[in-house]
Amino acid sequence: MDDATRLEFRHVDKLFPARNRRITPVVAVRDVSLKVARGEVVSLIGPSGCGKSTLLNLAAGLDRPNAGMVLVDNKPVTGPNFHVAFMLQNDLLLPWRTILENVNFGQEIQHTKRDVRTRRSNELLARYHLAEFAHHYPHQLSGGMRQRAALARTIVMDPDVLLLDEPFSALDAQTKMILQNDLARVLAEERKTALFITHDISEGIALSDRVLVMSRRPGTIIREIIVDMPDRDHPFRRRSNPRMNAYVVEILNLLGLTHGDGKDMPEVPLEEIGGAQ
Amino acid sequence: MTSFHEFSDRVMRSITDLATLSRSRELWLSIAFLIAILAAWEWLPATFGIPAFILPPISDIAHEFVRLYARENLWLHTGVTFAETIVGFIFGSLLGMITGYVLGRSRTAEIILSPYILMLQIAPKVAFAPLFIIWFGYNAFPKILVAILIVFFPIAINVLKAMHAVDPALVNLARTFSATRAQIFWKIEFPASMPALFAGLRIGSTLAVIGIVVGEFIGGNRGLGYLLIVGEGQGRTSMVFVSIVLLTLIGLIAYLCVLGLERYVLHYMPERSHANI
Ligand SMILES: Nc1ncnc2c1ncn2[C@@H]1O[C@H](COP(=O)(O)OP(=O)(O)OP(=O)(O)O)[C@@H](O)[C@H]1O
Ligand SMILES: [Mg+2]
Repeated sequence: MDDATRLEFRHVDKLFPARNRRITPVVAVRDVSLKVARGEVVSLIGPSGCGKSTLLNLAAGLDRPNAGMVLVDNKPVTGPNFHVAFMLQNDLLLPWRTILENVNFGQEIQHTKRDVRTRRSNELLARYHLAEFAHHYPHQLSGGMRQRAALARTIVMDPDVLLLDEPFSALDAQTKMILQNDLARVLAEERKTALFITHDISEGIALSDRVLVMSRRPGTIIREIIVDMPDRDHPFRRRSNPRMNAYVVEILNLLGLTHGDGKDMPEVPLEEIGGAQ
Repeated sequence: MTSFHEFSDRVMRSITDLATLSRSRELWLSIAFLIAILAAWEWLPATFGIPAFILPPISDIAHEFVRLYARENLWLHTGVTFAETIVGFIFGSLLGMITGYVLGRSRTAEIILSPYILMLQIAPKVAFAPLFIIWFGYNAFPKILVAILIVFFPIAINVLKAMHAVDPALVNLARTFSATRAQIFWKIEFPASMPALFAGLRIGSTLAVIGIVVGEFIGGNRGLGYLLIVGEGQGRTSMVFVSIVLLTLIGLIAYLCVLGLERYVLHYMPERSHANI
């Protein structure tokens, strides 16, 4: 085991027991092993229900594996830990708090001094172009602005590891690209380690150093794809890189969505690969 | 319960609309309607030969009001009933809140206690009034106790439902920031339950006065309930009407206080979604 590993799954199994006799237990993931190095961004792509969110919950310490181990900084995860932060598709802003108070939320729980946390939050809000909305309530903001506020709430805690579960999937295509760019820059500038779940194949490739492709349930990792392109901090540029498409096709093939030589276009629209939420 | 809220919200909205005079036509029509009803009340019964002891004309009721004010200490009786109502409502609400939050927090407490709480709700609470008078005598205490019993249930149930409905993702978010159980309660569950709590308080505020009046019917020589019974005994129908009007006013004041507090506490909610719980 090397020092550079920040997050590691070792032969992890997770099953959800049957609550009554009519349903069988669900093996969500089986024998998942993966490593994410310090400063690395890794995407997880796989069919809906293959256990991606389950893996993230395990990494966040919200749930325990049935077999195997999850380690952060070479220490087994025993429960939630504020060095590991979480960001979901739903912004989860608290409706009774203003944007500033929402960004303060985690710091408040950590008992950060009021003036310190307000200063930090305000700095981030300014950086994310939300300064003039600091005293607005979440329902007064657009979906993209809310997700940016959620990102600020995550980043302000200065976590070492970021777990991102389809954070942009509820946004329109343009907002999504802008936020992808913002996120990629933050991850690169602050040298954050991230595990990023997405159904959007090109998003995964544009943002990550590596893409891990998972099988259908019980989910396990069937392929690791190293994204050998520059500009990880600049998804716009990556998207126009001529090699981008080859990676997309490779993953589509792995997911069983194309046939043959990879020249034919997918018959299934990208959005449907994951299925409904 | 919900339909009552929606209705009362619509009424409040109409009143606000009328008061802003933006719709002066409707304002005048509404006042005209009131005058028409009062006029009909004044003159129609006599026209149809209905005796005053069945339906006293408005002018009789107004005279009775002045008489009670001058001779019978009307303000004392009103004040007593008002104070008892408010005290009963406040303590009933507190008890309901505590019960709701405790049962919401502890599944064990819920399983152990909920059958008995349900039985208490099914039992006709006003039937306890004689019992409480036997126990505590002819003072304010038994009346307040009946009011507490009546107010308690809708509030406890609303709070309990709200505790069950708290988004587990929000709780998980707090957990990823390493929130303690107490922090999860005060920063997530308690504020998340506010809309439902206020829905319960609104119902409770209109019910408290019932408990007080029934208590006053059967015990003591004070309060509007007592005046009502005296009026009935003496065949003074207009005295009964005066009491009913004042009791309605007390209920209305309690209701408006809750509404005002709700506007203040739930100021973060999108306009007009207050009662949709
Ligand atoms: N709390 C739970 N209880 C029982 N089964 C669960 C639970 N959570 C997840 N599962 C099951 O585990 C499997 C994996 O779920 P998970 O949410 O991890 O999938 P996912 O890969 O994130 O899917 P999606 O891409 O649709 O978000 C599913 O079959 C689901 O039914
Ligand atoms: Mg998921």
